[in-house]
Amino acid sequence: MGNSVIARRLGLLAVLALCVVLLALVPYLPSYYVRVVDSILIYIILAVGLNLVVGYAGLLDLGFIAFYAVGAYAYALLASGQFDIHLPFIVILFIGAAAGAIAGVLLGFPVLKLRGDYLAIVTLSFGEIIRIAINNADDLTNGPQGIAGLDRASLFGLPLTTPVHFYWLLLVLAIIVCGGVYYMERSILGKAWRALREDQDVVRGLGINTTTLKLLAFALSAAIGGAGGVIFGAFQRFVSPESFTFQESLLVVLIIIIGGVGNIVGVIAGAVVLVVLPEVLHFAAQYRLLIYGVVLVTVIVLRPGGLVSPRFNLGFIIRKVRTLWLSPSKT
Amino acid sequence: MLDYFLQQLIFALAIGAIYGLIALGYTMVYGVMRLINFAHGEFFMLGPYVYTFIFSGLIGLGGLAPVLDSVIAIVASFVIVGLLGVAIERFAYRPLRAYGRLAPMLSALGMSIVLQSAVRVTVGPQPVHFPAIVPSTPIDALGGMVTTVQFGILVAAVLLMVGLTLFVNGTRLGIWIRAASESWTTSSLLGIRVNRAVSLVFFIGPGLGAMAGIMYASYYGIMQPTMGSVIGLKAFTAAILGGIGSIPGAMLGGFLLGAIETFGTAFLPILSFGYIGTEYRDVFAFAVLILVLLFKPAGLLGETVSEETTVAKKDY
Repeated sequence: MGNSVIARRLGLLAVLALCVVLLALVPYLPSYYVRVVDSILIYIILAVGLNLVVGYAGLLDLGFIAFYAVGAYAYALLASGQFDIHLPFIVILFIGAAAGAIAGVLLGFPVLKLRGDYLAIVTLSFGEIIRIAINNADDLTNGPQGIAGLDRASLFGLPLTTPVHFYWLLLVLAIIVCGGVYYMERSILGKAWRALREDQDVVRGLGINTTTLKLLAFALSAAIGGAGGVIFGAFQRFVSPESFTFQESLLVVLIIIIGGVGNIVGVIAGAVVLVVLPEVLHFAAQYRLLIYGVVLVTVIVLRPGGLVSPRFNLGFIIRKVRTLWLSPSKT
Repeated sequence: MLDYFLQQLIFALAIGAIYGLIALGYTMVYGVMRLINFAHGEFFMLGPYVYTFIFSGLIGLGGLAPVLDSVIAIVASFVIVGLLGVAIERFAYRPLRAYGRLAPMLSALGMSIVLQSAVRVTVGPQPVHFPAIVPSTPIDALGGMVTTVQFGILVAAVLLMVGLTLFVNGTRLGIWIRAASESWTTSSLLGIRVNRAVSLVFFIGPGLGAMAGIMYASYYGIMQPTMGSVIGLKAFTAAILGGIGSIPGAMLGGFLLGAIETFGTAFLPILSFGYIGTEYRDVFAFAVLILVLLFKPAGLLGETVSEETTVAKKDY
């Protein structure tokens, strides 16, 4: 075992330790920064979920935020004075995910025979329909005023009230979601999705039911969106239709594209960039959106494949760590 | 009831004509580039702003006859917005051609943010009064009351649509556009300068969008930087409804959407005994779209996608 291997192992350990230390230091930041980090984590969860559909299966879903809305309103209706129902957070988390998945299947079942842009526009319409329905169903959702005063959440007796609490919850959930999606990506299912993205006729020719595959991608991503929505509801303790506009759907798609389609590391990078950028641009006052747009177009034109190269993905990092640890002679 | 119906019909035709004009821009761009141009709604918004700028500039310089001022301003806004469209294609979309279809779409989205906030920063976010180009006088059409503005919108839009149809079907440049929409590779092999066809499409589409914007602003007497977002989305829906890529389809889709919206708003509350109110207008439009696509997956006049088309094999 040469010195260089030890040096590299130490280097690797240092990088890992740095990541852990940085993540552990977040709670000690001022509340504003913790909120920004929370926001990044929520968008990571959403974008990793949507990436199942857009990045792996190659279906453009422009109405993803509808599932997020379903989750958020599940919490708002089941844990507030609206109908005086007060279910525990963890129960609603599962209800929200299930409701999201059901909404995904309900949308997916009739429309998945559509292809390409037609699918995109139908998902877009679905998202708008959900938002307008929420906006107008006054008896159920209070319409545009939204539902305020949602219950303070708690998990296994631990309170979930401050941004720091949610930071830990979101961090754990983000790791679970990324891990789960990574596992799926490497399974036979992930391979089938990628084949579907490349050429759906060949997939069908091989005797694989493409509709089931697409439905599965839709349902899983919608479940992740629903769970994200429940946390959003518990975090804000206020929901209104304004949070679920078409622009929000586009933002999640944007995160995926800016980071690198179908790449979890890319999605994380994209979420960081697109959440932090508007915050950084606060100094520019009314020029903020203008600069944001210019930066966006410039980044896309200069790096059309996304900020993170497709080679640099979760699998690559795990392989690197493993070979350096188990059989350093190979590296 | 009949005069009420006729009046609603004129409303539907006027708003439908505006949707149709915008939808043409979406569909033509989609035809040659397979790109959902999310920035298109902003060209619609820019139309009335550029018009007002030129028009007040002409007045400030002393002005010619008022009619002439208007005509010059209208033509100038078509040309200026059209050239802007060409420039945006050149710098924001063309470099991305080799990178699939998601990157240009997102670049279009970025351009939309840029254009909208540029207008907001220069003239302010508040709605601005838009002076009517023709004086709005009510006229009696078979018992229904319509205004000269609605009538003018309808006539102008139909003239533009007829003009575009003649241009695309009858001229050499029109043949380029149709060939490039049919097959990019084949037409370039046959010596058609596809890039010029694309530039042409990016001139005409935004130009027509600007015209629609001027019509819309004179209809409602108001313009604001955000006006392109919702209308753009609806016009895109109209383009899909008619079958994206098809020019007659976009016109049909526009008029249909106008009719669905207007009659939905007018008759739904009556038919459902007040249970479904006018606030569900947009739901109705989107629901009709989903229903149509379930039975005609390529839109009303769209070509059924053949198995050889790359679009069909690879969604995104």
